[in-house]
Amino acid sequence: MTGTEGPALLRVRDLKTYFVTEQGKGTARAVDDVSFDLYPGETLGIVGESGCGKTVTSLSILRLVPEPPGHILPGSVIEFEGRNLLALAAPELRAVRGNQIAMIFQEPMTSLNPVFTVGDQIAEAAIVHQHLSRKAARARAIEMLQLVGIPDPKERVDHYPHQLSGGMRQRVMIAMALVCHPKVLIADEPTTALDVTIQAQILELLDRLQNELGMAVLLITHDLGVVAGHADRVVVMYAGRVVETAPTSGLFEQPTHPYTEGLLAAVPRIDAPRSRLHAIPGQVPAATAWPTGCRFHPRCPYAWDKCVTQEPPQLETGAPGHTARCWLVTEPERRQAKR
Amino acid sequence: MMAWLVRRLVASLAIIFAVVTFVFILIHAAPGKSCGQIEFDVDPAVCDQLTKQFGLDKPLHVQYWRYLAALAQGNFGYSFSLHRPVRDALADTIPFTLQLAGAALVLDFLLGLGLGIYQAGRVNRLPDVVLSHATLFIYSLPTFWLALILMLVFAEEFRWFPVGGPNDAILCPVVDSLYCVADRLWHLVLPAATLGLVGAAGTARFQRAAMLEVANQDYVRTARAKGVPERRVVLRHQLRNALLSFITRFGLAFPFVLTGAVLIETIYAWPGMGRLAFDAILTRDYPLVTATALIASTVVVVGNLLADMLMGVADPRLRVRASADVEIATA
Amino acid sequence: MRLGNWLALFVALVLAAEIARLTRQRALRRERWRRFFKHRTTSWGLGILAFLAIVALAAPLVAPFGPGDQLGIVDLRNHPPSWAFVLGTDVLSRDVWSRVAWGARVSLGIGALGALVAVSLGTLVGATAGYYSRWVDALLMRGVDVGLALPRIFILLMAVALWDGLPFAALVLAIGLTSWLGTSRLVRAEVLSLREREFVVAARALGAKTGRVIFRHVLPNAAAPIIVSAALGVGNVLLLEASLSFLGIGVAPPDPSWGSIIAEGASTIYTAPWTILFPGLAISLVVMSLNAVADGLRDALDPREEAA
Repeated sequence: MTGTEGPALLRVRDLKTYFVTEQGKGTARAVDDVSFDLYPGETLGIVGESGCGKTVTSLSILRLVPEPPGHILPGSVIEFEGRNLLALAAPELRAVRGNQIAMIFQEPMTSLNPVFTVGDQIAEAAIVHQHLSRKAARARAIEMLQLVGIPDPKERVDHYPHQLSGGMRQRVMIAMALVCHPKVLIADEPTTALDVTIQAQILELLDRLQNELGMAVLLITHDLGVVAGHADRVVVMYAGRVVETAPTSGLFEQPTHPYTEGLLAAVPRIDAPRSRLHAIPGQVPAATAWPTGCRFHPRCPYAWDKCVTQEPPQLETGAPGHTARCWLVTEPERRQAKR
Repeated sequence: MMAWLVRRLVASLAIIFAVVTFVFILIHAAPGKSCGQIEFDVDPAVCDQLTKQFGLDKPLHVQYWRYLAALAQGNFGYSFSLHRPVRDALADTIPFTLQLAGAALVLDFLLGLGLGIYQAGRVNRLPDVVLSHATLFIYSLPTFWLALILMLVFAEEFRWFPVGGPNDAILCPVVDSLYCVADRLWHLVLPAATLGLVGAAGTARFQRAAMLEVANQDYVRTARAKGVPERRVVLRHQLRNALLSFITRFGLAFPFVLTGAVLIETIYAWPGMGRLAFDAILTRDYPLVTATALIASTVVVVGNLLADMLMGVADPRLRVRASADVEIATA
Repeated sequence: MRLGNWLALFVALVLAAEIARLTRQRALRRERWRRFFKHRTTSWGLGILAFLAIVALAAPLVAPFGPGDQLGIVDLRNHPPSWAFVLGTDVLSRDVWSRVAWGARVSLGIGALGALVAVSLGTLVGATAGYYSRWVDALLMRGVDVGLALPRIFILLMAVALWDGLPFAALVLAIGLTSWLGTSRLVRAEVLSLREREFVVAARALGAKTGRVIFRHVLPNAAAPIIVSAALGVGNVLLLEASLSFLGIGVAPPDPSWGSIIAEGASTIYTAPWTILFPGLAISLVVMSLNAVADGLRDALDPREEAA
């Protein structure tokens, strides 16, 4: 089901989304030249710390970034099935949103409208895109509730968001997103706000639905465990850029970029003797002032003078589908000189 | 739901009761004979007779119980200054105040809501900036001053509207024809506009802020992500939630209108309850004063009750259901 | 208007502008006060308030005549604005500008003092109700409900009409006593939410007495809505006083307060509209400025806007 054969469903190239800050603190370059592909039927994980730009990237795809402070720079390309989403007129964009590409968000409580029933909100997508009658849409809503595993769907369809638990609300969000059988589902940290046990259930649900409906999933998360268990390929982001792209197994077996190494090392292991937790020294820099050269160099244990002055491009590591934005790819001997 | 309603009704009655008691005490605590000394001369003999007749020289608590008993029977007492039962005086004036208040409130809500929504849709662009300043200005005006200005400009200068009064005294001493109804409406325009404009300015400012606050909410973003057309996002998702804040302010409109009525009716010679109350207070016509206070506070309390009920209907989070809201722990 | 008056007025204007500008400069250094001045209107509001306050304080300097001086009952009545009489004269040939300047003292004074009484009382009652909770809260809040049920103007009309000839202080007190109810509700809500916060619990655990806890810990954190409410309260009191004076039961003529000036001018509104135009504009100017400043205060003090 997964595979990088055939043309990409979603092609993001040179995406730049900047924000204007108040008081002339400069422009926050939240997403600064991001490129990746999403193929039909696969799950692509986007991983990174808070502030790396992954959420803004996902919002940019459907142009949900609030326009006054933020704007997507010309020259950015987001192609879906060959059409540039950034060039679409409003009505055409609306036809894509929720219909071909759907999105679910992190906080299910605030992302659902408190004054409408769950059924109304699910049905709305069907009414807007498929022009179903209210009765037919309501029936669809009940179907969807059943699909996402909510018990007593005929009763629950008339409940309000505040009457549901967190996990159920997220299931409702998923139902709402999938009503029109989109080809792509963007899931922005769907489980971050949920309990650990519920997290597992939701992720399993997403897997099942993906198989049943044959859609591609863009899974954004900061949790490497989630990525390991549910993503086919991974994109690692740091400081507004993609620093490594690889199939999941390749990323975990042979992390190339020092940032990825650091992330993996920071995860405590149950099978290793207890020692001090490893942390990546330093902090994520502010988006208004990215470091020169390679953006990770202030925190990198291998950095040398080339890293400070020249920013590395995406370099092929040799393994299939595995690229990294690091000079260590061309000068692997520098790995010995770890600080 | 019913239990809550009953509790609120009882509480409301208690409040009205307390208000009446408070007014009663206040009046009797003031110095001076309560026969009315300011506006007209009452023959001391007549005053004595009235005092005996209505038991004004009896101890306070006796008077109090007599008043309550009379109220229970629908008897509001006798007005000294008007020489008629209070109930009649009220019956004559309340309809006028209702017309004024009703028209003002309609203008207030329609214009205020409309402006607030319009402004929120064009935030920080020229129409919004201009309207923001305009509403701030009007909202800051003393109501009575605006009344005078409007009267000066529209009644005197342009002669579009009459200067005051409820009807043309000569042609329509009684409203008995369609012409007279129209005449009444024509006379209603300026007084209602004065009150309504100031109220609308406040409502518009408030509604604009409420709409903007809602616009930042996550569920609005979700609606857009679903592909809902912008118009529907605003009118269905945003407005519906912003109206919740509006309803909380709804209750405040009643005291505002009542206060305004006193001033407006005095300026425009509108024979309503506000002016009646004012005159009654000046003449220390205490049965009339207590009655108007009673009516006024009943209106306010009922208004608050209505607002609470509306809120309970509009916000599903507040609806208490008979059946238990079971939150199933499993996802 | 004599030259001296023009000079004094000019000085007042410059002084007010300087105050506004200096405050702004000082403020821009700290993040929070930078938010206060985010909107242009706040600076203007501050400047206008400063100007009017200075005019009120320096009334003898900026006003060429006294408020009751009749300047020529025969031929100087109802004179439209001119160079000699900047805002015209009224029916008793008194200079309108002088009356407005002197009236500023009365109106602004009542506004400030009345709001002070109202906010103090409201904070006291609200904090007590919110902090002690249970039956103290229930009792106090029922009382507030009763107080709010009767429109303020009714209570004030009765209080003022039933006691003839209320002195100035009593008027201020009466207005303040009827205006504290809204503030108390606000303060109560704030205190209720703050009461369970860790720093309050910690203070209590350390054995601090209730009064100390309230004043030193709870109230400073509840200060934001109280301050905003105070700013708006001055405007409300001002409007209330004007309404009462207009009805003839506030500041009695011939004492000038902006409301009583309008009352006296109402009879000649057609022949001399300037007699009511300018005092009314003065009132709305003050209320507008107060609203602008209150908006700025709200932005400045809103904890949600604090940078992370």
